[in-house]
Amino acid sequence: MVNGQRFRWVRRSMKYQSELDPGFGEKIARAAYGEKLFSCIQCGTCAATCPVSHYMDYTPRRIIAMVREGFRDDVLNCQTIWLCASCYSCTVDCPKEIKITDVMYALKQEAMSQGMYPKRFPIPILAREFFRGVERHGRNCEGSLMVKFYLKSSPLRMLKNTIIAWKLWRTGRLSLRAEGTRDKDTVRTLLRAAKQA
Amino acid sequence: MKYWYFPGCSLKSTGRAYEESLLAIFKALDAPLQELDDWNCCGATSYMSADEEQAFALAARNLGLGERQAGTGGNGGPHLVAPCSACYMLLLKTQRYLAEHLDLARHASAGLRAVGLTYEGKIQVRHPLDVLVNDIGLERISKLVKERLTGLKVASYYGCQVVRPFATFDDPWRPTTMDRLVEKLGATSVKWPLKTRCCGGTLIGTIPEVGLRLSHILLQDALRREADVMITLCPLCQFNLECYQDEMTKQFKEPIRLSVLYFTQLMGMAFGIADATLGMQRLFVPPVRVRTTQEGGRAVHV
Repeated sequence: MVNGQRFRWVRRSMKYQSELDPGFGEKIARAAYGEKLFSCIQCGTCAATCPVSHYMDYTPRRIIAMVREGFRDDVLNCQTIWLCASCYSCTVDCPKEIKITDVMYALKQEAMSQGMYPKRFPIPILAREFFRGVERHGRNCEGSLMVKFYLKSSPLRMLKNTIIAWKLWRTGRLSLRAEGTRDKDTVRTLLRAAKQA
Repeated sequence: MKYWYFPGCSLKSTGRAYEESLLAIFKALDAPLQELDDWNCCGATSYMSADEEQAFALAARNLGLGERQAGTGGNGGPHLVAPCSACYMLLLKTQRYLAEHLDLARHASAGLRAVGLTYEGKIQVRHPLDVLVNDIGLERISKLVKERLTGLKVASYYGCQVVRPFATFDDPWRPTTMDRLVEKLGATSVKWPLKTRCCGGTLIGTIPEVGLRLSHILLQDALRREADVMITLCPLCQFNLECYQDEMTKQFKEPIRLSVLYFTQLMGMAFGIADATLGMQRLFVPPVRVRTTQEGGRAVHV
């Protein structure tokens, strides 16, 4: 970097302990049914076996360490948690049997409930629309999920995918009709009772 | 033995060919599949936007329905066949987590009680590949083969969630069940180390920059190994690997064209079942059909 510009980039690279959230690790461990999170030995097997770790801003190994120490905001604002495609490679390979995929799910849940994701970010939109459809009909309708998803996240991308949609339609693989359980209230009753228990 | 069948959303729309060929195969093998009545969503993606308790209760309703419709008596309880990898993994996960975590089980059973169901944990969640190879057996399958697929090079793609994290019937990294099946059909199984690498799952829709690349890696490698077809056992894998091939060709400036079948369709081909029954007309890239006759009059795929 050129000398004159240097000081514009001065930034504290470490956190003070007061900036951390000490209960965060416990909270995530509980949500992910993984008390073992605290036994992580930082070996990096998860990062090595992950098929998308080279796209991540923090590798899964660093995420575990950061969760454990309470780096709440950094973890919830990072891209890593959204890039996990749930292939369970890390969960299978972890020598300490930490269910890393479940940790990622717990982090996604936490970020969604706090609204900590970029505007129009596709993954929370997909998850929310999926769940709404299931709540309403009892089953998911792939066709209308795709339409709602693209309209709300990126209509431009929907245009790009029209050829695929047309081909799916022509081969009878795309249906917009919502199939569901016979009694539409069944699933809603079930979900409400499960939550209240 | 009778098997109960949990289709899930994909087998009714984008994966219709999977349902059609699966039912045809089981019928040919004289092992009836009965669709679970009034099934609901397995809960796949809803994980993130719902509470854990709700997601597991959703899946538990299907298990409860299965136990009520099939009865819990008999040899080892009823068998629920889930062809979609995500449904299969999720139903299994629900079963295990409800057994391990009492608090979760309490929430799920409260939900089930509200809709008049119970869940005892007797039902067994199975994948059709497991049922076909380990229950029905390769011997019975090979007896039904009418047109041996001699010379056809098949890359078997297992994907993630059928073998991971639970690895119920095969190795989590190097499974061989489908390869053994392919060999029995007379085809050649391509040695292929990427067979359990992730296809990208829903990333192809949500973060296409990453998802498209992940699927491309698989197709590119299968083509390098001179595979004629790739077979899958998951509707999402099949969708990702087949439907985006034109996109990949454009983006990675390299022609990608490979037919991606369901393993049940390949079996149907060997059994001599009509194409329309197997849903072949629903594929974007139809499989290689050119046959030449070798010396001695045997049909060979080239």
